[in-house]
Amino acid sequence: MAETVANASKVVKRFGAADTAPALDGVDIAIIAGQITGLVGPDGAGKTTLIRILAGLMAPTGGDIAILGQPPGEMLDQIGYMPQRFGLYEDLTVRQNLDLYADLRALPPDERDTTYARLLDFTDLARFQDRLAGKLSGGMKQKLGLACSLVRTPRLLLLDEPGVGVDPISRRELWAMVADLKGEGIGILWSTAYLDEAEKCDRVYLFNEGRLLFDGPPSDLTDRIKNRVIRITEFEGSRRHFLTHVLDRDNIIDGTIQGRAVRLLVRDGQAIPTGRDLGGDKPVVVTPADPRFEDGFIEILGGGPKGTSRLAESYRTIPAGDGAVIEAHGLTKRFGEFTAAKDMKFSIGRGQIFGLLGPNGAGKSTTFKMLCGLLTPTSGSGSVAGNDLRTAAAEARASLGYMAQKFSLYGDLSVRQNLDFFAGAYGLDRAEARRSIAAMIEIFELGKVVGQNAGALPLGYKQRLALACAVMHEPPVLFLDEPTSGVDPVTRRVFWTHINGLVDKGVTVLVTTHFMDEAEYCDAVSLIYRAEQIATGTPDELKAEAARLANLDDPTMEDAFIALVEDSDRRRDTAGREAA
Amino acid sequence: MTMPAIRFDRRRLTALMAKEAAQIVRDPSTFLIALVFPLVLLFLFGYAVSLDTSRTRIALVLEDSSAPALALSQSFINSPYFDVTVARSVRDVRSKMVDGSVRAMIVIPQDFGRMAKLGRLPNIQVATDGSQPNTASFAAAYADGVFQSWAAAEGLGARAPAVTTSPRFWYNPALRSRFFLIPGSIAIVMTMIGTLLTALVVAREWERGTMEALMATPVSMAEFIVSKVIPYFILALASMALCTAIAVGPFGLPFRGSVLALLAISAAFLMPALGLGLFISSATKNQFVASQIALLAAFLPTFLLSGFLFEISSMPRWIQLITYAVPARYLIPSLQTVFLVGDIWPLILPNIAIMLAFGLGFFLLSFRVTRRSLD
Repeated sequence: MAETVANASKVVKRFGAADTAPALDGVDIAIIAGQITGLVGPDGAGKTTLIRILAGLMAPTGGDIAILGQPPGEMLDQIGYMPQRFGLYEDLTVRQNLDLYADLRALPPDERDTTYARLLDFTDLARFQDRLAGKLSGGMKQKLGLACSLVRTPRLLLLDEPGVGVDPISRRELWAMVADLKGEGIGILWSTAYLDEAEKCDRVYLFNEGRLLFDGPPSDLTDRIKNRVIRITEFEGSRRHFLTHVLDRDNIIDGTIQGRAVRLLVRDGQAIPTGRDLGGDKPVVVTPADPRFEDGFIEILGGGPKGTSRLAESYRTIPAGDGAVIEAHGLTKRFGEFTAAKDMKFSIGRGQIFGLLGPNGAGKSTTFKMLCGLLTPTSGSGSVAGNDLRTAAAEARASLGYMAQKFSLYGDLSVRQNLDFFAGAYGLDRAEARRSIAAMIEIFELGKVVGQNAGALPLGYKQRLALACAVMHEPPVLFLDEPTSGVDPVTRRVFWTHINGLVDKGVTVLVTTHFMDEAEYCDAVSLIYRAEQIATGTPDELKAEAARLANLDDPTMEDAFIALVEDSDRRRDTAGREAA
Repeated sequence: MTMPAIRFDRRRLTALMAKEAAQIVRDPSTFLIALVFPLVLLFLFGYAVSLDTSRTRIALVLEDSSAPALALSQSFINSPYFDVTVARSVRDVRSKMVDGSVRAMIVIPQDFGRMAKLGRLPNIQVATDGSQPNTASFAAAYADGVFQSWAAAEGLGARAPAVTTSPRFWYNPALRSRFFLIPGSIAIVMTMIGTLLTALVVAREWERGTMEALMATPVSMAEFIVSKVIPYFILALASMALCTAIAVGPFGLPFRGSVLALLAISAAFLMPALGLGLFISSATKNQFVASQIALLAAFLPTFLLSGFLFEISSMPRWIQLITYAVPARYLIPSLQTVFLVGDIWPLILPNIAIMLAFGLGFFLLSFRVTRRSLD
């Protein structure tokens, strides 16, 4: 049995009064040397709080903690800690950052050269030693943050959401680097909101709202639902219709769209439905699928929502027009020398979901803001609901509902005041506003929190309120900027149930995301990388293209992204060499 | 936490200070506050702002053109205190009084020459712009002075007074306000660097998340605080030296004290200034709030309540009591003494002691609020 480097039992942490809900509620955790322990859960689950307590930066309200046999805060020179924002000095160079942490952690001067050489090689940052940390890409900052926490090989390494927001390639590289460290006997705690990362950990602690829902090897969780995950193909009609219809069945507790297929989780104890059960006269094809960690999480949370969206039921039907609803013709935005988005071209028809997929800083939000009329394109043109952005930006904005990343609500106004404000901002008259606000409060179950300040709400409520504010005026077009970032999978399912229902009513949706699996809900996806569209097509087309390029069998959307980006880099390199 | 609060390791401290120095060098705002701001302030108080009353714009209305009237008007025109516009009737200058282009109007009436010829003291009329009371009373007094000396020279009017006073101003014989404003602006500069910059830098560590990373290393809070104090202490002294050089050079201020006294006074003042800055930023952890509080708690009192612009002895009693809590109140008289008088240690030493006591208080407060914890 390997050594336990950190052990915590019955940890409780409360911010504020004794009657408030605790951020951590009786949590037990053990970190074993030479293993990656996953700390998994949505935003607000308590992951950061637990890591800070283990790092000695916060005192727990209750519970026992031993770090390398000592109370927390005693063995700081044996702990490597990378906070969520990496803890780098952005106005210092890569080398100066390393020097600072080497001195602070008392790295012996004669070991410095060999340690730096090893770390810079390991992180592939040797070329960038003199670059300011602030000028590094997200992926490189993350690697430098890791290097700084490793200047003296620690016995316990605490990583707080190291993969958030960076592109899938950097995430994979980082994972590979950390997996290497296991061999040195370091006990690693890796916290993440990405459930696919959980599957790769040796042991997982799954959190939600401060409580531990599961601990053990990830396979223990997926084994519980073995044989209950199925993949349905060859059904009649639209996949969204089909999903709505099967989710309303009692024996199905969760369902997601996977390209042309639908993935279902069958209720425990129920027989696997046959093709005839689900398809009637036109039997569908049912094949078993591998269970994923996310399926297990949904199972623990008691299953996803039913298929019918009450929001969509009460929504007006958007009349069919002629031609595309959203169009971009070569939209380009330059800020000085820097090109933020280059030659964006797409056309989205009524009742379609179009996804812009890419890492942070790739140019998704810039493209988005140009289409909202918030940024004037340097060149190119576009239109929304028939309104040209150059001549009718205000009309274009009036025809869309916008839900921004980080939910652009007024944190110090109450839920009702936010709804009132947005009703006014979208020009609803008094009677309409009253009716619409009442409907939103009922549909999104905001009744209990209507007097609370929006800023203090749990993330799930904020997300619902943000969607309510965006759809109150029943716009024909919805713009969603990272709408489900950080929320738990059930909340995300509820969200997509609403969106799927609205799309059925003829609403056209443009969505940005860096969650690869969210792209599966889209009718078409454009991969944005380094300000350019590197591939556009249906999710299945992109996956097929990736399968061909990288010789993969049944790739996920993330595999597809990586294969297509690597292919784009190769072509860029070749073009660069030919130009030289 | 169980960490001892006071624990120093030379290598960690050096590393932190080297980091701080590199950040100071790279940060354009530090450069602005430490170098450009002092220059702007000095030139502003050296040239643009003046509390002297020299050359007030007045209008002289000559209703009489006899020889005595012309002689008196010549006295006004030659006076160094007035910038005179001559007119023939009150109507011509009334609009100038209204729009403020002249601050006073002096009327030499029609019978002026006749009265003078009769050997009687003639009357003149002085009307001043009461919307600027200081200027108005200066103008009235100076106008009266010009008139009295003209009358005395002509041998008119009352007999000579039994007692004459002859004022003599020591240390600043020309009573140039620049001489006391510039030492005051050096105090403002040191307040800005000591309090505002330090208030920003600790808050910045919190905002950017680097504080969290630092706290997870073996750094002690004492090391952290000292690493913030020493670089800004040096920066503030350098800025003070620059200001002094400009004051003594281009502005021609006397420097009658010693460099040692100047350094001792400045260093003593930097203790409360830096301590207050650290306290503000450790308590707020937010750059915006820290800068607002620094302006309110340090900059404004230094500006208004230190005797820099407004004399403390002419303030209401209860405001005078408040000024005792403003560290700059002890700095400004000491600085003015060193520049204009010399090393008067009996005056300087108590001020230094009071400033050091304030500094100690602020540092203790900072240590209390800077805890090694994110709670």
